[in-house]
Amino acid sequence: MNMDVRPSFLLDGEEIPFEPGQTVIQAALTAGHYIPHLCYHPEFVPHGSCKLCTVKANGRPAAACTLPAQAGLEVESETEELNDLRRTLVQMLFAEGNHFCPACEKSGNCVLQALGYDLGVMTAGFRHFFLDRPVDASHPDILLDFNRCVLCKLCVRASEEVDGKGVFSLAGRGISRRLIVSAESGRLADTDIAVTDKAVEVCPVGVIIRKHIGFQTPIGRRRYDVRPISAQALEDAPRKPEARHG
Amino acid sequence: MAEAGKLRVATTSLAGCFGCHMSLLDIDERLFALLEKVEFDRTPLTDIKHCGPCDIGIIEGGVCNAENVEVLREFRKNCKILIAMGACAVTGGLPAQRNHLDLGACLQEVYLTEPGLVNGQIPNDPELPLPLDQVHPLHEVVKVDYFIPGCPPSADAIWKFLTDLIAGRTPRLGHGLIEYD
Amino acid sequence: MMRHQDLHPSVDEVVALHGGDATRLVQILRDLQEGQGWLAPPVVTELARKLGLSRARVEGVAAFYSFLHLEPVGQYRVLFSDNITDRMQGSEALLAYLSEKLWVEKGKVSEDGLLSIDTTSCTGLCDQGPGLLVNGWAIPRIDQERLDQIAQLILARQPIAQWPDELFRIEDNIRRQDTLLGHGLQPGEAIRAAIARAESNQGDRPVSERSWREGIPAATPGPAATLEEIKRSNLRGRGGAGFGTGLKWEACRNAPGETHYVVCNADEGEPGTFKDRVLLTRHADLVFEGMTVCAYILGGGRTTTHGFLYLRGEYRYLLEPLNECLARRRRDGLLGADICGRTGFDFDIEIHVGAGAYVCGEESALIESLEGKRGIPRNRPPYPVTHGYLGQPTVVNNVETFCAAALVAKEGGDWYRAQGTAKSAGTKLLSVSGDCERPGIYEYPFGVTVRQVLEDCGARHTQAVQVSGPSGTLIDASEFDRRIAFEDLPTAGAFMVFDETRDMFDVVRNFVHFFAHESCGFCTPCRVGTAMMRNVVDKIHAGRGAQHDVEEICRLQKVMHLAAHCGLGHTACNPMRDVMQRFRPAIQRRLKSLDFEPAFDLDGALAVARQMTGRDDAKAHL
Ligand SMILES: Cc1cc2nc3c(=O)[nH]c(=O)nc-3n(C[C@H](O)[C@H](O)[C@H](O)COP(=O)(O)O)c2cc1C
Ligand code: SF4
Ligand code: SF4
Ligand code: SF4
Ligand code: FES
Ligand code: FES
Repeated sequence: MNMDVRPSFLLDGEEIPFEPGQTVIQAALTAGHYIPHLCYHPEFVPHGSCKLCTVKANGRPAAACTLPAQAGLEVESETEELNDLRRTLVQMLFAEGNHFCPACEKSGNCVLQALGYDLGVMTAGFRHFFLDRPVDASHPDILLDFNRCVLCKLCVRASEEVDGKGVFSLAGRGISRRLIVSAESGRLADTDIAVTDKAVEVCPVGVIIRKHIGFQTPIGRRRYDVRPISAQALEDAPRKPEARHG
Repeated sequence: MAEAGKLRVATTSLAGCFGCHMSLLDIDERLFALLEKVEFDRTPLTDIKHCGPCDIGIIEGGVCNAENVEVLREFRKNCKILIAMGACAVTGGLPAQRNHLDLGACLQEVYLTEPGLVNGQIPNDPELPLPLDQVHPLHEVVKVDYFIPGCPPSADAIWKFLTDLIAGRTPRLGHGLIEYD
Repeated sequence: MMRHQDLHPSVDEVVALHGGDATRLVQILRDLQEGQGWLAPPVVTELARKLGLSRARVEGVAAFYSFLHLEPVGQYRVLFSDNITDRMQGSEALLAYLSEKLWVEKGKVSEDGLLSIDTTSCTGLCDQGPGLLVNGWAIPRIDQERLDQIAQLILARQPIAQWPDELFRIEDNIRRQDTLLGHGLQPGEAIRAAIARAESNQGDRPVSERSWREGIPAATPGPAATLEEIKRSNLRGRGGAGFGTGLKWEACRNAPGETHYVVCNADEGEPGTFKDRVLLTRHADLVFEGMTVCAYILGGGRTTTHGFLYLRGEYRYLLEPLNECLARRRRDGLLGADICGRTGFDFDIEIHVGAGAYVCGEESALIESLEGKRGIPRNRPPYPVTHGYLGQPTVVNNVETFCAAALVAKEGGDWYRAQGTAKSAGTKLLSVSGDCERPGIYEYPFGVTVRQVLEDCGARHTQAVQVSGPSGTLIDASEFDRRIAFEDLPTAGAFMVFDETRDMFDVVRNFVHFFAHESCGFCTPCRVGTAMMRNVVDKIHAGRGAQHDVEEICRLQKVMHLAAHCGLGHTACNPMRDVMQRFRPAIQRRLKSLDFEPAFDLDGALAVARQMTGRDDAKAHL
C-alpha cells in the first residue's frame, strides 16, 4: 500500500499514519512515538483504567489506549499539563499501594517505577494509605505481593484469555478494589495456576513474582537501568499492526 | 552566621541507616568543591547539637519516634529549604514496613512474651524516645520542599541535585540518577 | 404488602429459576442471599461451578455490590440512609440511639448474630426521612418511637413479613403537578396512537431522511412517524446528561443488530432524587408505555426487541407491584406477542434489581450489571446505541424520559415543545427536600426560577440549594433567579434546600464521602482521588486543616476532572469546587494554620507507647 494514502492524525504536530481499527497509542507506538502507559499491553485489548496515557484530542482529554485513531485528529501528548497529570497519577499509585522498591524483586524491571523515573517523580507527595494487604506465599513457585498491585487487570485478562483459566479477578469497589484468586480458601496454592502461565509473566509491577529467581540481574543491567521506559517501549513496540488476544 | 557568599547547610539522620550520609560523603573530591559554596551547621560530622538558621536542611530517615519529630520540627523552623534525602525520608522506607503491625502487640511480643525471655520489661527510661504508632515519611509531618529518592541516592544524584540547587536551577535528575532502590 | 423471604432456596433451585443464565448473575446472587442472608464461600464455589464461571469472577461480582455480603451478617440488617438530608433530620443521633438500645456497634454484627447496624447511601426517602432499610425493605420517617417499635420486632425475632405494613408506608407527596403527572392517558393509548400515526408533515422530511432511507416499509409509517414526533418534541433525557431522545432512538434504530434493547434506568442513585420512585409507584403504566413505544420505533417490525427495567435495590419494595403491572399489561395485550393486535410487534420487559451501587446508574455500567458483571463503566466508543446489552443496539433512558415520550407519542411533538423554554422542552419533576415546609415532588415547565420553587415549597432563610444532587451545582442566594433548564441549571431532579443554620462544610463533607464510597475503583484518578479527597476533608473536619490541604484539593480536582473515566469521577469534585467558590469561609474558618499541619495527632501517636511503658514525663509528649 502506498504510505501516502494511509489515513493519519497529528501527534504533537507530527503526522502519524494508522490502520483502521488502531487506537491512538497503537498507531503512535508503531510509528515510533511514545505515549506513557501502564495498563496498556500490546498483546491485549486496551483496558483504559490507569489513565497514564491521557492525551488531548482536539482539545478534549481522552485515554490514548482506547481512543480510536481518526483521520485529522489533533492529539497533544508531550505538554506540561499532561505530564503534570501523569506525574500526579503515578504519585497517587505510589501513595495507594505499599511500594518499598529497595526490597522488591521487580525493581529495575518495573513499569510503575520506570514511569516515575521517566516523568521525574521524586516522591509520592500525598499521604500514604498504608493499606494492609497481606502477602500470599502459599504457592511453591509463585509469590503474590498484593501491596504493589496497580489493578491493571492484565493478569486477569491473561489468565482468562490466554491461559484459559480465570485464576484472578478484581473485587471490591473504590479504594477497596483488590485482586483476588479463584479459590474458596483465597490461597493461590489452591488454584490451577502454573508458573508457565501468561498471567505470571504479564504483571507490570511486582505482584506476581516467580520464586527462586529473584534479583538475578545485577543492578545497572536491569531492563530500565539500560534505557528509560520511553525508549524501551518503542524498542518493544510491534512494527506491524499487532496480533491481539481476546 | 554564614560566611559571606556561602550557604549554610544542616543535615541529620532520623529513622535512617546513615546510608544516605555515606552516599553524601561518597561525592569524594567533589566535597571540596561543595565546601567552597557551603558551610555546615548541625551534621553528624560537626558537633553542633542544635540546628541554627540555615539555608538548606537535608534529612535522612523517616519519623519513627518523639525525638525524630522534635528534630524535624527544629529543622523545619530553621531551614529555608528542607530536603528529604533517601527512601526512608521520602516514603518511610524499611522502618515503615512495621506500619501494619500493632505497636502495642509488637512491644508486648518483643519485650514480654518472646519465648526465652526472663523477667521481660518494656524499657521505660525517660531518656529513650517513645516510638510513634506508625512510621511516617517527612512530608506527612512537616512541609518538605524537595525530595531525593533512592536507597541510598547515589553520590552522583546527590551531587547533581545540590549543585543544581545551589546554582539556583530547578534540580533535575535524569535517567540513571532518579532511582527508588 | 408482600415482604416474603423464601426459605433457604438451594443453589440448584435459584440457578434453575434463572434458567442457568450467567447474565443473570446479579439477580441470582440477590435471590440466594434473600433466602440465606449472606453468600457463604461454599455457596459461591457451587454457584460458579453451576454457571460455568470462574469462582473469582463470581466472588468479584458479589464483592462489588454493597448489598451483597460475603461475610456473615446479622439476621436483621439495619441500614440508615446517610444522605445529608437524613443527617439534617437527625439520622446520626437516631443510629446511635438504636445501637445503644440494642447493644450493637455500628458496622459490626451483634454477638448473638441477631443484627447489624450501618449506614448506606441515600435511599431516596429524603422527603420523608430519615430513611432506613431493614433487610432491604425501606422504612421512612424514622424517629425514636419507630425505632423502639423496630427494636421490639427485632428482639422478638418477628419475620419481616409480619411487621406492620404501616412501618413501610411510603408517601408520594406530590405537591405540584403539570402535564406529566396530570396526564389522563389510559394504558395502551400511547401505543395505539403511535401505531396509528401516519407520516405527517412531508415538508419536514429532511430531519429524518436517514431513517426513511433505512427502508421502513411504506405500509408501516407508524414507527418512523412516531420517531419523527419524538424528535420534533425536542425531548431531552431526564437522567442528567440531557441527550436528545429522538436522536438517540434514531441512532439505535439505524444500528444493525439481531435484537434491539430498551432499557429503563430506574437506578435513581443521585442523593436527593426520588421522583422516579414516585413515577414507578403512581405511573408505572406510563413508564412501560414509553418503553413499548420505544421498542415499536426501534424494531419497526424489522428486528426483535426486548426490554429491561433496572430498579435500584433500595426500591426493592416496588418489585412486586411493578411485576403485577407488567402481568396486567401482558393480559391486556400491551406486552408480549402481537402487541395491540399488530402482527410481529413483540416486546416484553423484565425487571432487574440492583444491589447497592450508584455507579450502576451510569448507562454502560448499568448494562454491565444487566449482563451479570460488576458495574464498571465501559470504554466508549462504541456507545450503547450501537453496542449495548450483549453487544446489541440499546437505548438507555431515564424513567421520566420514557414517561414524557409516551405523552409525546400520544399528543405529538408540537404539543410537547410548546411547554418549557426554547431549548428545554416540556416539564421537569423536581424532588424537593431539606429545609422547607413541604418537601416532595414538584412538576414545573422548564424555565422555572429557583426562587419560585423555594417559595412554593415553603423554604425560608435559604442559604443554598444543591441542584441535581452532589454531581450537580450548589448555588447561593445570589443565584436564586437562575432557571431550571438545560441552558442554565440542568438537573436530574434533586433540589436540596439548606437554610442559614447549616454549615456548608458538613454538606460538602457528606458528598465527598458519598463519592468515595461509590467510586467503582476502575480508574486511578477517581479510585484514589475520591479516597484522598475524603481523607483531606476529614482532616479539615478534625481541625487539622491547613492551606496546604486546600492546594491538595485543587490538585485532586484537576486530575479527576481531566482524567476520570466516567461521569462519577468527573463530577465528584463539583461539591468541593462549588463550596470553595461560593462558601469559601466555610472551609477557611476551619483551617488551623495557613501553612502545613500533619493529618494525625502526633501526641496521640505516642499514646500506645505511653501506655505500654507507663511513662508520662514531658518527653513522653509532643
Ligand atoms: C455515576 C452516574 C450515575 C448515573 N445515575 C443515573 C440514574 O440513576 N438514573 C438515570 O436515569 N441516569 C443516570 N445517569 C445517566 C445515565 O448514564 C444516562 O445518561 C441516562 O440514563 C440516559 O437517559 P436519559 O437520556 O433519559 O437521561 C448516571 C450517570 C452517571 C455518570
Ligand atoms: S512494584 Fe515497582 S514501584 Fe512497586 S515496589 Fe516494586 S519496583 Fe517499586
Ligand atoms: S497483579 Fe499485576 S497484572 Fe494483576 S492487576 Fe495487579 S498489577 Fe495488574
Ligand atoms: S470515574 Fe470513578 S466510577 Fe467512573 S470508572 Fe473511574 S473509578 Fe469508576
Ligand atoms: S494505558 Fe491507557 S489507561 Fe492505562
Ligand atoms: S537511610 Fe537512606 S535510604 Fe534508608
